[in-house]
Order: sequence, then structure tokens, then C-alpha cells
Amino acid sequence: MASVNLRNVSKRYGDNPEVMRDINLDIQDGEFVVFVGPSGCGKSTLLRMIAGLEDISGGDLLIGEDRMNAVPPAKRGIAMVFQSYALYPHMSLYDNMAFGLKLAGKSKSEIDAAVRKAASILHIDHLLDRKPKALSGGQRQRVAIGRAITREPKVFLFDEPLSNLDAALRVKMRLEFSRLHQDLKTTMIYVTHDQVEAMTLADKIVVLSAGRIEQVGSPKTLYHHPANRFVAGFIGSPKMNFIDGTVSAIDAETVTVQINNGGLQQVCVAASGIKPGDAVSIGVRPEYLQLDSDKPVIKATVSTVEGLGDFSYIYAASASAEEPLISRIPDALEVANGSAVGFSIKPHHCHLFDSKGEAMPRTTPRTQH
Amino acid sequence: MTDWMNDPAWTALGLSLRVAGCATLLNLLLGVGVGLLLARGRFPGRNLLDTLLTLPMVMPPTVLGYYLLTLLGRRGPLGGWLQEQFGINLIFTWQGAVIAAALVAFPLVYKPARAAFEAVDGQLEQAGRVLGISEIGIFFRITLPLAWRGILAGLLLAFARALGEFGATLMVAGSIPGKTQTLSVAIYEAVQAGQDDSANRLVLVTSLVCMLVLLLAGKLAPGRVAER
Ligand SMILES: Nc1ncnc2c1ncn2[C@@H]1O[C@H](COP(=O)(O)OP(=O)(O)OP(=O)(O)O)[C@@H](O)[C@H]1O
Ligand SMILES: [Mg+2]
Repeated sequence: MASVNLRNVSKRYGDNPEVMRDINLDIQDGEFVVFVGPSGCGKSTLLRMIAGLEDISGGDLLIGEDRMNAVPPAKRGIAMVFQSYALYPHMSLYDNMAFGLKLAGKSKSEIDAAVRKAASILHIDHLLDRKPKALSGGQRQRVAIGRAITREPKVFLFDEPLSNLDAALRVKMRLEFSRLHQDLKTTMIYVTHDQVEAMTLADKIVVLSAGRIEQVGSPKTLYHHPANRFVAGFIGSPKMNFIDGTVSAIDAETVTVQINNGGLQQVCVAASGIKPGDAVSIGVRPEYLQLDSDKPVIKATVSTVEGLGDFSYIYAASASAEEPLISRIPDALEVANGSAVGFSIKPHHCHLFDSKGEAMPRTTPRTQH
Repeated sequence: MTDWMNDPAWTALGLSLRVAGCATLLNLLLGVGVGLLLARGRFPGRNLLDTLLTLPMVMPPTVLGYYLLTLLGRRGPLGGWLQEQFGINLIFTWQGAVIAAALVAFPLVYKPARAAFEAVDGQLEQAGRVLGISEIGIFFRITLPLAWRGILAGLLLAFARALGEFGATLMVAGSIPGKTQTLSVAIYEAVQAGQDDSANRLVLVTSLVCMLVLLLAGKLAPGRVAER
């Protein structure tokens, strides 16, 4: 087991411009860290630099106490599981799992013990004689994980390990990853662009965008205290609503915002770097955007209603927001397509972002949600 | 009986097999090496190189033969150097025929080899690196076994092509019976000289060998590769 530290790491491919820069990240021993971000943001590149499959163009990588920049992948104490499983089609599962150990010069009995142990952890004991092509996707991924386990690595690296599986199997395997981490207590770094996987698995989420780290924090922190509009919009499903307005008054613990084409909205944040008259946007999650016909601050027209059983999402176009507003309402409430609705928001459910997209610190304690 | 045994057709067949065999061996090394380089390497001029390497497939063999003659002749840049440094002359030798046959058949190995290497999932090689295999080990234990069928099918076709080589071989190696006169050249000579008997025998032998090779190639061809 080991910590992983990245110091000012950057990456460029050949003579191309940098695709990653200023990467500073501390991963504690035993932590489950998830890299998320949109396609092309550099998640795989970062993981592969840690693995040693990609050169590090600048900065330092430490695993444990040791600088690893120039150490070959096999000597870094890591094991990696790939999106396509990367099992050798010409070898049996047993040989696939034993391969790395054979290369490391382990004795036959050691290898056998390690393979059988990993196979039993993953419930694939009965499949060991088969070739990979005779397995389902989920079983293949288990073998790939098994191969990683036999190496007894200090750090596990996973690059979108579940993205080739169907939805039901993904949920099942997600739980197994959780269990595996509890059992092994090894440092794990996991890349995904599925934010549900990120929220459910991670001790710590690293949100990347265009080669930069946007924010690092626990799932709860990212959900309730996103550092900027990008993170706020990326974490949470459906997306957070953004409502445009201008600052009308600033107090010690609140800011009052004049919503464009709407009313006045109090927001519980500590203002920093903004003054009355500045353009801002209010962020509110769908579950906190409440239908209100008495004193609405926002008016909108319903375009779609999505019933999900115990609750529904309504999508409503508003002159106060660029994108349709999304509100989660109890299923019992009947709302018709095309009807005019009003919304209100509790001040402590609001986020506030300046014109550059930076978040103001929220002043309400988390427990009040 | 002895007459049948001493038929010059066997000499020509033996020579043809030797020339095609050596040319195929040469192409195994070159085609696989270059195929891997172009499948994995990222360097400027890659597409141009690919075009150049495919050229022998479309160029008339006589043109290729002429190029070789100019290059390898006593006064050619390579031929002159070989002669001076090592006293080696390739023109009008069976080794010259090997080079001619190898050049003509090269794309038939290079193209499928490159395609076969490109079809090997790069993640398999990376997984190997993480597991601690050396780069050479990765090639011989992962990449090559996975690409092997495609390469082998190409090799057999190249062998057949080399066996039938005529134009370039005649230009470079000439037609010296027992020394450089391969089957196809011998057929041409027999027909030219009006020796129909001899021509018939040679044609029959050639046809049989070609069919054999094609049958073998069919067993290894893409249909089987897919079910891997
Ligand atoms: N071998 C390469 N050569 C040049 N550029 C590359 C190479 N690999 C990746 N890139 C670039 O680096 C950036 C990050 O790519 P990366 O694969 O790390 O993204 P990702 O976050 O893993 O995306 P995805 O979710 O689609 O897997 C992209 O802009 C990509 O085009
Ligand atoms: Mg990726």
C-alpha cells in the first residue's frame, strides 16, 4: 500500500501543445480516488502517466516515498485494469492470471496459491481452464481484476473498467469494487465518466476538465460545495439549474440577486469579489427548485414531464435561464405540458457563481439541507 | 525411368523452390519488421513510405527488374560497392533471382502483416508492460502470436507469387539452365524453342505446386483468423 503524489505534473504528446498542466494531487494510502471529467479531459492520460505507460513531460510523480518518473511500469508496484479487459486470447484464464507472477520469477506453488486466492475472491474458480472468448463481459472483467490482485500491488489503477458492461451488470460490479476496496484496503485510482460511479465509489473525487484539475474533494463536498460552475454542472444528475441575474445587495451572510426577468432572490453565501450590479448566476439543484404559485421568483413554461414512478422531473423554458429549468416534483402533483408555472428557491439551497464561474462560499452548514 | 528422373523440369522446380523459399524467408524478416514499424510507429513520411512499399504490387515486374539491374549491376551504386568491398556479384546468380522475387512479393507480406499488427489491441501490449514483460518479450509472447495467422497467410501468398516470378527474375538473373533458370523462365524458353513436351511437363508441375500453396493459404486465410 502506498500514497501517490503528483507535483506540477504536465503532459504533452510529441510537439503538440500541453494536454495537461499544473496537476497537483495527493492521494493517501488506502484511499479510493476517482478521476471524472468529460471525454478528452485527460483522465486516461493522467492514469497512464501514473502507470508508466506514458512519459511524464514535467513535474514529479511519487508512489510512496519514491520518485517514479523514470521507473518502468512493472517496477512501480501498480496493477492496472483496462477498459477492454486486455486478457490474452491465446491463454487460459489461469495462465492469464499467472502470467505476471511467472514473469516475476515466482515459484509454481506461490503462483498457484495466488491465482486460486484471487479467483475465489472474485468467484471465478470454476472458470480457470477456459479461454477468455468463452466468458461473458462481466466474467472477463473479473479475470482482469483477478490478474491485478495476484500482483499484490501497492496501487490499483482502473481505466473505465465497467464501461463495456450493460447497465445492470455495471451496478453489480460497482458494488463489487466497493467490497474489494473494503477487503484489500489498497490505494485505488479509478477513471470513469459516469458520475454515479464516481459518487458511489470514491473517498475522493478529482474533477478534470481540459487537462486541469477543477476540484478535488469528497462526493459530498463536490455535491454541496462545488468550487465553480463546471463542477456544479458536472456532478449531480440531472444537472444543476443556472439562473442568470445581477447582484442587488450584499450583506454579511447573504447576497440578494435580481433575477433577470424575475424577482429578488436571497442567497446564503459569503460574497467575495463581487459588487452590486455585477452579473452572477444562481445555481440550484432540481430537487430544490420548488413549484410555487404564491410568490414565484421565476416564471417558466413546462415543455416536458418525465414520470419516474415516485417522482417526476419537469423541464420548463424560462426567460431567466439559458437552458430549460429542471425541477423534481412529487408524482402526485399533476403538471400539464405547456402550462405556465412559477418557481421559488430557499436561500440556503442556492449556490452563487460570479461571471467567471467561480463559486462564493456557502454560509449555511451542510446539515441544514 | 532414369530419363524421367533426369528431366530438367526437376532442376528448374528445385531452383524455383529454393529461390521462392529464400525470398519468402527474406520477406518474413523484412515484411514483419517493416509491417510492425508502420503499424506502431508514428513518424513523418509514414504514408509516403507505405505507398513506396506497396509500389511493387502495381509496377510491372520488368520495371522492377530494371531498377534492380541498375542498382545491383557492376556499375550500379550498390552492386559496385558490393563488388569492391566483398567481391560479390548478384547479377545472373540465383541469389539475384531471390532478391528479384523478394521485391516483387514483398507487399504481399508487408500489407497483411501490418494489418495483423494493427488488429492487435494495444491494451494487450500495455497490460504486458505493466505485468513486467520486456519489449522483446511483448513482441514474441503477445503481439506475434496474436498476429501470426494473418502474417502466415500473407507469407504463403508471397511464396506462390515468388514461385511464379518471371519478369524481374529474367532481367536480373537471366536464364542460365541449372543455375538461374526457374520454372517460369524455363517454360518461356521451352515454348520459344518449340519444345512442347517439355513445356507441358513444366506447366503441369507449376500448376500443381501453385494449387497446393493456395490450398494451404486457404486453410489459414481470414475466415479462420476471425474465429480466434
Ligand atoms: N497518443 C496521443 N497522441 C496525441 N494526443 C493524445 C494521445 N492520447 C491522448 N491524446 C490527447 O490528450 C487528451 C486527453 O486524452 P485522454 O485519452 O486522456 O482523455 P480521457 O479523459 O481519457 O477521455 P475519454 O473519456 O474519452 O477516455 C485528448 O485531447 C487527446 O486527444
Ligand atoms: Mg480515457
